Amino acid sequence: MVELTEIQKRLIAEVADLHQVPLGAYNFRANGGLAGRNTTANIDIQSKPDGSGIDIRIKPGTKNESVHIPVVLSETGLKETVYNDFFIGADSDVTIVAGCGIDNCGSQDSEHDGIHRFFVEKGAKVKYVEKHYGSGDGLGKRILNPVTEVYMDEDSSMEMEMVQIKGVDSTERTTLAELKKGASLVVRERLMTHGEQKALSVYKVTLYGDGSSADVVSRSVARDDSYQKFDACIIGAASCKGHTECDSIIMDRGTILAVPSLEARSVDAALVHEAAIGKIAGEQITKLMTLGLDEHEAEEEIINGFLA
Amino acid sequence: MLEIKGLSFSVKDEKGENKEIIHELDLKVEDNRLLVITGPNGSGKSTLAKLIAGIEKPTSGKILLDGNDITEMSITERARNGIGFAFQQPVRFKGIKVFDLLRIASGKKLKVSEACGYLSEVGLCARDYIMREANSSLSGGELKRIEIATVLARKCRLTVFDEPEAGIDLWSFQNLIRVFQALREKISDSSMVIISHQERILNIADEIAVLSDGRITAKGSKDEIFPTLIGTEAAQDVCARLK
Ligand SMILES: Nc1ncnc2c1ncn2[C@@H]1O[C@H](COP(=O)(O)OP(=O)(O)OP(=O)(O)O)[C@@H](O)[C@H]1O
Ligand SMILES: [Mg+2]
Repeated sequence: MVELTEIQKRLIAEVADLHQVPLGAYNFRANGGLAGRNTTANIDIQSKPDGSGIDIRIKPGTKNESVHIPVVLSETGLKETVYNDFFIGADSDVTIVAGCGIDNCGSQDSEHDGIHRFFVEKGAKVKYVEKHYGSGDGLGKRILNPVTEVYMDEDSSMEMEMVQIKGVDSTERTTLAELKKGASLVVRERLMTHGEQKALSVYKVTLYGDGSSADVVSRSVARDDSYQKFDACIIGAASCKGHTECDSIIMDRGTILAVPSLEARSVDAALVHEAAIGKIAGEQITKLMTLGLDEHEAEEEIINGFLA
Repeated sequence: MLEIKGLSFSVKDEKGENKEIIHELDLKVEDNRLLVITGPNGSGKSTLAKLIAGIEKPTSGKILLDGNDITEMSITERARNGIGFAFQQPVRFKGIKVFDLLRIASGKKLKVSEACGYLSEVGLCARDYIMREANSSLSGGELKRIEIATVLARKCRLTVFDEPEAGIDLWSFQNLIRVFQALREKISDSSMVIISHQERILNIADEIAVLSDGRITAKGSKDEIFPTLIGTEAAQDVCARLK
């Protein structure tokens, strides 16, 4: 394991809740290079021959194991695109923690574009957590453009938790998913933007198999002059259930564009979308003030609760 | 001790004209006292409670807490000076957990066991509620009890409960009376105001004040006032109300 700097350790703690080397399989990437890797009897990690990323292979039936693949960038002006492929064996039950932290104190933009593909085999269960975090007060921007593709075989299930709360100047997230019979996908996105930040989040989920289901829910807060766009489309091409919801708090001079959409290609597709954008309710602030908080503290509690 | 002197409050009505809701009201609540305020719907009880908590600002008059003028203080300052207020209609929060409300109310790092204690006091099985969101998935009666629990967690100099019994079922009402009786026992050098129409709550009062049309029309010890209310609209027991 390469010695990490204090900044890198802090970034890893932010994006992967890791304060020490994790148990199980991991792959640490720091400033464009490999900083540490561990494989287990059931989980193999290999660099792609052309060096463009890694392949993670999880054996069928692997239970209660985890893979951590944090990425940190602490040099200014670094721009990288990484392709990671996950092959998740049938009937396994695993947790995958990805995440990217960028610290940019310099004047040039730093950018990490991670392209993740998940091949989830029959009956497998995956919990995927992805956190984005930025820090550093340089003029250079911190940019993250993740693309996630999910291919779900019969009766597999995946729960994705996507979190971006602080410090990323520009992000364009694209998530595509295709589900076969009986597969289920749950997405929970939490997003907060500040300053002049821009965040675009696009989902396209296609339910091909009977009995498949998708639930894509985003909760977000736009502060200062930031801009957010949430664009989620669920396509129902079988007897399936799809639900998408965007619930946002707008503050200051923020802008939020919510474009949930549905496409039914089968009479048995039950699809629902909801979107709500509003400021913090005045009576919520009043209530917390009667409990002794000042207005600012009350707002913070409401936002923290909303995004928790 | 709370003193209200010459308090008036008016709002602009639909036609933009001033409408006075509270008229030059005087009221005193001594330490170690439970005052129950009763009166018809629309008489200004909740408005008075909001004026005490600082949610509304009076057009004239003064409010003093332990001799200090708090009339110009914000809601937060009043809360920090020991005023507690349980809303008639509790506010719902998306994402904030019952535990968070109790933690905020207690103003310290609250232990889960302590938080559970407050919920048990209002007759809620703590385990089922502590990690639930204080959102619309809770019933009106549950929210109402959580509202009371958060105010208990604050340990105030003066606490105002606005119709705490509203939305609480008959069976639980017995329990609620016991909660307030116990609170009354522990009141020591603080004071309590309960706004209520319930005979059973009027019955545990030290003093009763009747508010009608924005004025205190009667105030005195329970034994003085209570008999005059029996059978009037201001004091209905639960059964009478259900009929
Ligand atoms: N902001 C306001 N604007 C206009 N009218 C108001 C406002 N606040 C209160 N009122 C009016 O003042 C009167 C007193 O209202 P308040 O809620 O204090 O009554 P209450 O005694 O608590 O009644 P209830 O027993 O139904 O709870 C009502 O007629 C109400 O419509
Ligand atoms: Mg009222």
